[in-house]
Amino acid sequence: MIPLSWYLIVAALLFCIGLYGVMARRNAVAILMAVELMLNAVNINLIAFWRYTAPDRAVGLVWAVFVLTVAAAEAAVGLALIISVYRRRDSVIAEELDSLRN
Amino acid sequence: MVEQIIFLIISAFTLTMAVIVVTKRNLFHAALALMATFLGVAGLYVTLDAGFLAAAQLLVYIGAISILVIFAIMMTRRLMQTTEPAFNAQAAFALVTAVVSFGILFWVFYLFREFWPLLPDTAVPLAAKPELPPEMIQNSIIVMGRAFVDPAGYVLPFEIASVLLLAALVGAIIVAWPKAEDKA
Repeated sequence: MIPLSWYLIVAALLFCIGLYGVMARRNAVAILMAVELMLNAVNINLIAFWRYTAPDRAVGLVWAVFVLTVAAAEAAVGLALIISVYRRRDSVIAEELDSLRN
Repeated sequence: MVEQIIFLIISAFTLTMAVIVVTKRNLFHAALALMATFLGVAGLYVTLDAGFLAAAQLLVYIGAISILVIFAIMMTRRLMQTTEPAFNAQAAFALVTAVVSFGILFWVFYLFREFWPLLPDTAVPLAAKPELPPEMIQNSIIVMGRAFVDPAGYVLPFEIASVLLLAALVGAIIVAWPKAEDKA
């Protein structure tokens, strides 16, 4: 017997850890990894709500698969951007990418 | 009781590895911890009777996204060095923001504790898992696949997801394509 709130609390903790990583890390790859943590937290929430409130329908599973798809697309494009930026500027430190400033 | 202990072990493992992901200075170690986090999340899916999602998590996240991340780490110099500072100047502020965010979320859980009880109890809804319908136990993948292609279900988001994946693939190739002036 596990109440729904335990899953929600674990997902909230995972999301906040990812939030900290996105805000505090300097490296663009590390920021992308923290974003993946946040997406995983969202997926835990979707599956938990599906299991507890609508286990007779496929709705939660379907949306979790969509989140998975978007996460895969995001990782591919994000890492391509990082490779491209590294090739041009020789750096993937997010603070040093300031050519759009001023 | 056993179920709760398993859940707590998986959750503690997942969250510990997630903390390592955001704090480890060596990015390669962080990527390995990221794989462990994904494994823990897959375990949470198994405890929620979502076996297909757990398998998809293993394939897509551990098999593909982690490998992509490790490739990116290895292709960019300086990332593996441990002399660079891992955090920017606003790290303390970020920590405060993350803790406050979790505090607000937990406060909301506590406010609605009558709606989703914080302690297990079979008599109250949402305090224990409801029974899984037999067709979801035996062939949840068939139910899911029908929902994906059912016009009354999710066929439109399904098609849009396929177009999104194609666009992301083409976009990733074009973005990472070496320009002619770069070679000179």
